[in-house]
Amino acid sequence: MDKMPAWADAVLVPLISLLLAAFLSALVILAIGENPVDAFKLMVDGALMRSSGWGYTLYYATNFIFTGLAVAVAFHARLFNIGGEGQAVLGGLGAALACLFIPWPHWSLAIIGGAFAAAAFGALWALIPAYLQAKRGSHIVITTIMFNFIAAALLNYVLVNLLKPAGSMEPATANFPEATHLPSFQDMFATADNPLFRGSPANVTFFLALIACVLVWLLIWRTRLGYEIRAQGHSETAARYAGISPVRITIVAMLISGGLAGLMAVNATMGEAERLVINAAEGAGFIGIAVALMGRNHPVGVLMAALLFGFLYQGGAELALWTNIPRELIVVIQALVILFTGALDNMVRMPLEKLFVKRRAA
Amino acid sequence: MDFLTLLQVLDSTVRLATPLLLACLAGLYSERAGVFDIGLEGKMLAAAFLSAGVAYVTGSVWLGLFAGIAASVALSAIHGLASITFRGNQLISGVAINFLAAGLTVLIAQNWFKQGGRTPSLIGGGRWENITLPFAETLSGVPVLGPIYAELISGHSLLVYVAFAMVPLTWWILFRTRFGLRLRAVGEAPEAVDTAGVSVVGLRFAAVGICGILCGIAGSYLATGLQAGFVKDMTAGRGFIALAALIFAKWRPWYALGACLLFGLLQAVALRYQNIDLGGVVIPVQVMDALPYILTVVILAGFVGKAIPPRAGGEPYVKER
Repeated sequence: MDKMPAWADAVLVPLISLLLAAFLSALVILAIGENPVDAFKLMVDGALMRSSGWGYTLYYATNFIFTGLAVAVAFHARLFNIGGEGQAVLGGLGAALACLFIPWPHWSLAIIGGAFAAAAFGALWALIPAYLQAKRGSHIVITTIMFNFIAAALLNYVLVNLLKPAGSMEPATANFPEATHLPSFQDMFATADNPLFRGSPANVTFFLALIACVLVWLLIWRTRLGYEIRAQGHSETAARYAGISPVRITIVAMLISGGLAGLMAVNATMGEAERLVINAAEGAGFIGIAVALMGRNHPVGVLMAALLFGFLYQGGAELALWTNIPRELIVVIQALVILFTGALDNMVRMPLEKLFVKRRAA
Repeated sequence: MDFLTLLQVLDSTVRLATPLLLACLAGLYSERAGVFDIGLEGKMLAAAFLSAGVAYVTGSVWLGLFAGIAASVALSAIHGLASITFRGNQLISGVAINFLAAGLTVLIAQNWFKQGGRTPSLIGGGRWENITLPFAETLSGVPVLGPIYAELISGHSLLVYVAFAMVPLTWWILFRTRFGLRLRAVGEAPEAVDTAGVSVVGLRFAAVGICGILCGIAGSYLATGLQAGFVKDMTAGRGFIALAALIFAKWRPWYALGACLLFGLLQAVALRYQNIDLGGVVIPVQVMDALPYILTVVILAGFVGKAIPPRAGGEPYVKER
């Protein structure tokens, strides 16, 4: 056996990659003349030391859980869904249409209806690339990239020409009706003498994201379909011999992936903005790639990675507010995480494997 | 539409097609050698920033160009390290490079110039001057051909001519030299190249390096030729349009020229006219924005001729033991 133990693969490799990314980020902060230790303290203060900071951290994390799970499910079938951004944009459109044109009596029904609409729109936007990959062999990475741009143009058109209220200059829909207002953490947990989560956007959708984590775990490791998805991911030829249809698995996996990405809109559109604005996905579709890579495509890993990125996002906003470090620092950290946990994985893994083999031999 | 307007639209087509063409040919080298590159966007962006920054500080557009190429080649080196040396996923590496460039450019620009992540506007020697070709003035009186020569062909910056000259040069290198033959072979059957005693790793690094240089020129042209300075996210998806053009062109240099001119024309038309009224049917500007991507999906789907990528594309090469 020239392999390292499972725990090292699941924990040690991502951890070392993360440390490498953190070290390089610290160097970047040093290079622009700021103190990385102070910066980190400020991020922790802003994101984790106050309940309103947690409110933002959990709000961002909710987005990233959905998009991270979306990328992870597709990865299990060895499909790289880079189109989470476009699918989330379309999910926002679905949620907005459901909220604006159906008179919901209560938020509990609105969230179910909105979630279905968002997931359906997201899934449909993933269906075309999936079909083209399965039936025509067009590379899914390229088609999903193209669909991100097409989605942006489509949303731009729909907002400017169809959904914008008369007289408004801003490309956004009207505000959603009061009944679709999702309870925020402030509504749920704050009391008169203990004002928790004041003004922060975290809302009930966070629990929906946790349920999604459990459901994805059940799907991937406890159902026949999940087994077939993993089988195709490990070896398509073996899966084909076992009678698993690659066309069906490709399409189903991408539908689930697109649906999960679309669900992000429930949080961003119904939970926070309460209307559909342009650029509602805010790049969360791409952060899903980093989250899935870091979380090793496991729902627990995705949850933890999403919390980490939620912290980075909120902490980065604090840094931009109080120091000369712009928010783009987070984009750099995100890039380093993708680079080390995704592309340069072998750079960390190979020496570690050698180390473990040597220790076992000794 | 009168003749002069047509000339102006075509003139701006040439300008807008130039960065697309350079990036498209950059991708052509890399992908023909079997290394997928979706990081064209990031490399152009990094080059655009550094060339604008250096050109502003030194006042020399040439130094800016070299700095831009250096930035782009540095990112190419990361891509090569990840996808060739450590046999990582080429697509993921490309995604990382795009984000790295998007973040670092703004971060450094803010730190350097304190203008909200942009460089100051370039003036004088910091920008490429338009070259007036010989006899453009005297010939402009000749009907039809005169204005075409004076307005359309003459009066662009040096990099535009470099970009268009790269098309026949690329064709010649790829299809008429030994290096080109090996480069194409390494993208189709690297094991055959390896058996012949030629280094797969070396060839792929060379291809990725050329890709970096061309992306660097493309980015420099954006910031110091097409526009006067760097602004945040100024590539605005051009790297992906170039990728689309590459697929549209089925990985061939002359087709790449056609595809880039077509996509450049779409951009020029979208820039000049917002909504196009075709006798009752109004084409919204968003359709023009989305058209390159829609066309690429149609081509990829194989409904209009099939686009077949190099066979070993995206696969890291593992020497057999």
